[in-house]
Amino acid sequence: MAELDGVQAEPAIEGRGLSRSYGGVHALNDASMSAVAGEVHALVGENGAGKSTLIKILGGRTRADTGTVSVGGREVKFAGPDAAHRLGVWTVFQELTLLPWMSVAENLMIGREPRSRLGLIDRRGMERRAEDTLAALGAEHIDPLALVEDIPLSQRQTVEIVRAISYEPDILFLDEPTSSLVEREVVWLFGQIRRLRDRGTALVFTSHRWNEIRDIADRITVFRSGRNVGTFKELPEDDAVTLMTGRRLEALYPQRPPPPPAVPALALKSYNARGVRDVSLELRKGEILGLGGLAGHGHRELFFSLFGAEKMIAGTVEVGGKAVRIRNPREAMRHGIALVPEDRKTEGLLLAMSVRDNATLAVLRRLARFSILRHVRERQLAQGLIDRLRVRTPGLSNPVGALSGGNQQKVLLGRWLLAEPNIFLLYDVTRGVDVATKHEIYELIMRLAKEGRAIMLYSSDAEELAHLSHRVLVMREGRIAAELSGAELDAEIIVSAAVRDRIAT
Amino acid sequence: MPKLSSRPPCVIELPPEPRAVSDNRRPRWVHRLAQEAGLFLAATMLGIAVILYCVVFLIAQRHLPGGFELTSTVNSTLPLVLAAVAQTLVVLTRGIDLSVGGVIDLTNGLAAITLDGSAWGHAGQPGTGSIGTMILGSLLVLAVGGVCGLINGLLVTLGRLQPILVTLATLSIFQGIAIRVLPQPGGAVPQGYTNLLANPNWPTSVLWLVALAVMWWMFRRTRFGVGVYAIGNDAAGAAAIGVPVASVRILAYVLGGVCSGAAGLFLAATATAGDATAGNTYTLTSIVAAVLGGVSLFGGRGSGIGAIFGAFVSSMIVNILFFAHIDPLYQSFYEGVFLIAAVVLVGGIGHLLRRRY
Repeated sequence: MAELDGVQAEPAIEGRGLSRSYGGVHALNDASMSAVAGEVHALVGENGAGKSTLIKILGGRTRADTGTVSVGGREVKFAGPDAAHRLGVWTVFQELTLLPWMSVAENLMIGREPRSRLGLIDRRGMERRAEDTLAALGAEHIDPLALVEDIPLSQRQTVEIVRAISYEPDILFLDEPTSSLVEREVVWLFGQIRRLRDRGTALVFTSHRWNEIRDIADRITVFRSGRNVGTFKELPEDDAVTLMTGRRLEALYPQRPPPPPAVPALALKSYNARGVRDVSLELRKGEILGLGGLAGHGHRELFFSLFGAEKMIAGTVEVGGKAVRIRNPREAMRHGIALVPEDRKTEGLLLAMSVRDNATLAVLRRLARFSILRHVRERQLAQGLIDRLRVRTPGLSNPVGALSGGNQQKVLLGRWLLAEPNIFLLYDVTRGVDVATKHEIYELIMRLAKEGRAIMLYSSDAEELAHLSHRVLVMREGRIAAELSGAELDAEIIVSAAVRDRIAT
Repeated sequence: MPKLSSRPPCVIELPPEPRAVSDNRRPRWVHRLAQEAGLFLAATMLGIAVILYCVVFLIAQRHLPGGFELTSTVNSTLPLVLAAVAQTLVVLTRGIDLSVGGVIDLTNGLAAITLDGSAWGHAGQPGTGSIGTMILGSLLVLAVGGVCGLINGLLVTLGRLQPILVTLATLSIFQGIAIRVLPQPGGAVPQGYTNLLANPNWPTSVLWLVALAVMWWMFRRTRFGVGVYAIGNDAAGAAAIGVPVASVRILAYVLGGVCSGAAGLFLAATATAGDATAGNTYTLTSIVAAVLGGVSLFGGRGSGIGAIFGAFVSSMIVNILFFAHIDPLYQSFYEGVFLIAAVVLVGGIGHLLRRRY
C-alpha cells in the first residue's frame, strides 16, 4: 500500500470538510477528496459509505451541510446542476435521469436543441445531431428516435453516459456507470474514459467491480462511514476490502455445502416463455444451480415467468414432483417459490413504506388474526430479521427508500426468508452491492442450501456463479447451451461457453 | 502518474454484436406512433364519433349535417377546447387544475362587463362597446386568467403544496370572486365581438381553432414546451440536466390560466352575455376531454392537439345522444359509459401498439 504523498498538481475539483446528514444519519462526515486533470480516480467503499452523496454534492445536485467545494482553485457554491455544468462539471448519476417518455434525441439534446429561423426547435435537425453525437462517440447502435422507455437498461445507461461526455467536460463524475452495462459496453466506456483522460479531463468513478478499478484507475480513494480513509496509487484488493469494511475479510466466497442427493424440488420440461426456448432442467433440494450467459439471453424471462410475473407459453413445471401451473406470483408463493429481483427499487420494495412493512409484506396473512394485524408480532419478526441480516437502518419505521442499496437488498431477501419458501429464484441479487454485503448474502445462500432449500441463481458476475454453484447451466438465445460442473466451474469457461458458437463460426 | 497495468482484464474480448441493431431500426412514423399513441387514437375516436353523428343526424333530419352544423358545433365546443388545453398544460407537468371552472366563471363574468366598457362607465348603452373597449377588455380578461394561474403556480411550486389541494381551494375562491364581479347573469357582449369570435353564420371559430393548434405546435418546439414535458416525465431528472423546474412549472400554470381566460371570453361571446356560474362544469369536462385526447394524468405524455380532439369527441357524444333521442335525464349516464369505454379502448390499443415483441 503506497499512500500518495503530496499533490502533484492543482486539483481540478476539491471538496473539503464536507458533511451531510439525512434525517439524523450522517451520509458524509467531514469528508475531503480531490481530483486532478488527466486522471482517472476511483472512489470505492461499501454501500452507504457516502460515495454517492459526495458525488451529488460535487456535481451540484445537493448541498453540503458544511464544507467547501472548489473548482480550479476557486471556491464555488453550486445553486444546482446547471451551475456545475457551466463550470464544466458533469455527472452521470447512479439512478438514471433520462426522461422516459421522450426520445433518445430529445434527451441528448435537451437545453441545446438546434433552432430554426423562427427560433423554434428544429426537430429533424435535433435528431440528426443526436445521431451524429451517438456515432461520434461510438454508440451508433442506439436509435435516436426511440423512446427511452422502449430501449433496454444498458442502452439507457449508455445514453446517459453519452450525454455527459458529449459536453466534453473538464470534470466528470460517473457513479457506478457500469452497473447496468454489458461487457461490450464496459469496454466501450473504458475507451471513452481513456480518451477523456488523455485530453485532460478529471474523471471520478465508483464501482464495485474490482477488476474494473484495477484496469483503469490511476488513483483510488477509499471511503468508509462517510469519511475518506486514504488515497492510493496502488491498492491490492484485499487491502482495499480491509479499508472499506474496517475488518479483514477471509475468503469472499464461503465454502459451499456438498452436492445434495438427487431429490428434485423443481423440474422443467420443454419450458417455453417469451425469449425462453425449450428449457429442460432439474433443480434439486439443497442445490445451488447457477445460470450463466450474457444478459438478454432469456434468464430474466425464465425467472420471471417461473414466478408467474410473465406468461409461460408451453412446457411443464413440476414442483416437488407434482405438475403445477403458475399463473401469477400468488400462485408461485403458494407453491413455495420466491423471486428476488435485481432491480429492488422498481420490482421489489415499496420505497416509501417502512422497513418493517416491507419486511413482513409476504407473511401478512400469517401475522393476522381475524384479518387484524398483530403489530407486536410484526415488530418482533421484523426486528429479528434485521438483526439476523445486519441491516443498517436507523429504525424499523424508517422508509426503506432511505437505506443504502445493499441494505435495501437485504430487506428484500429477508422478506422472503420470513415466508420460508422452498425454492429461491435469485436474479442478480448482488448487483450494485458492496463486497461486505455480498459476503453476507453468499453466506446466507449457503445456509439456505444447507437447510435443504433449492436455489436457482442468475448472476452477471461469472466469478460469483463459479464459486457459489454446484452446477452451472449456460443459456444462449433462450436455450440451455451448456451444463458445467466440477472442474468446469470456472469464470472463464462460463463466459466462453456463453459466446462459444460465435467464436467457432 | 502510473500507467495502466498491462495485465489483461478478466473480460473476454467479445466478437461484434450478433444482432445488427442498426439494420432493424424502425422507421420514424413507428416511433411517432409510439410517442403520440394517445393523439392518434383520439383522432381515430373523433373520426368514428363524427361518422356516428352523421348517421344519427341523417336518420333524424333526413339530410347530412352541413356548414351550419359545423360552425355551431365548433362555436359551442371552443370554450371546452380551450379549457382542455388549459388542463393539458398543467396535467403535463404532473399536476391537475381543478380551478379551471372557477377561472372561467370569473373571466366570463368579467368579459360581460368589460367588453362593452360598462365596467368603467364607458359605453352609452350596454352591449355597444367600441374596438378600444373590446381590445382592452379582452386583454384584461386574459391577464386575470394569467394571474389566477400564477397564484396556483406559486402555491404549488413555492408553497410545495399538492396541485389538487391548491386548485380545489382556488376553485372556490375564484368562484366567490366571480359572483362578486357579476352577481346576476347578465351584462352584454357587443355583437361585433361575437361575430369575431363565434360568428353563427361564418366559421371564424374554425380559424381560431386552427390558430390554437398552430400555437400548440409552436409551443411544443420551444425550450419551455420541452421543459413542461420534461418535468412531467421526471422532475428530478429534468432538474439534473438543467431544466429550470420551478419557473417552467409556474409558467405552465400561468399559460393554463390564460387559456382558461380565453375559454371565458369565447363562452361569453357564444352566449352574448355573462354568467358567473357558467364555467363550473368545465373543471370536470376539461379533465375528461384531456384524458379522451390521450393526455396521461401521470404527466409528461399527451398533447394539446389530442386534447382538442378529446373536446370534440365529448361534444360529439352529446350531439349523438341528442339526435338519437336519448332522454336528457340519462345523458350523463351515457356520457360516463362512453368515457369509460373510450379510456379502456385507448389504454388497450395503446398497450398493443407498444408491445415490443
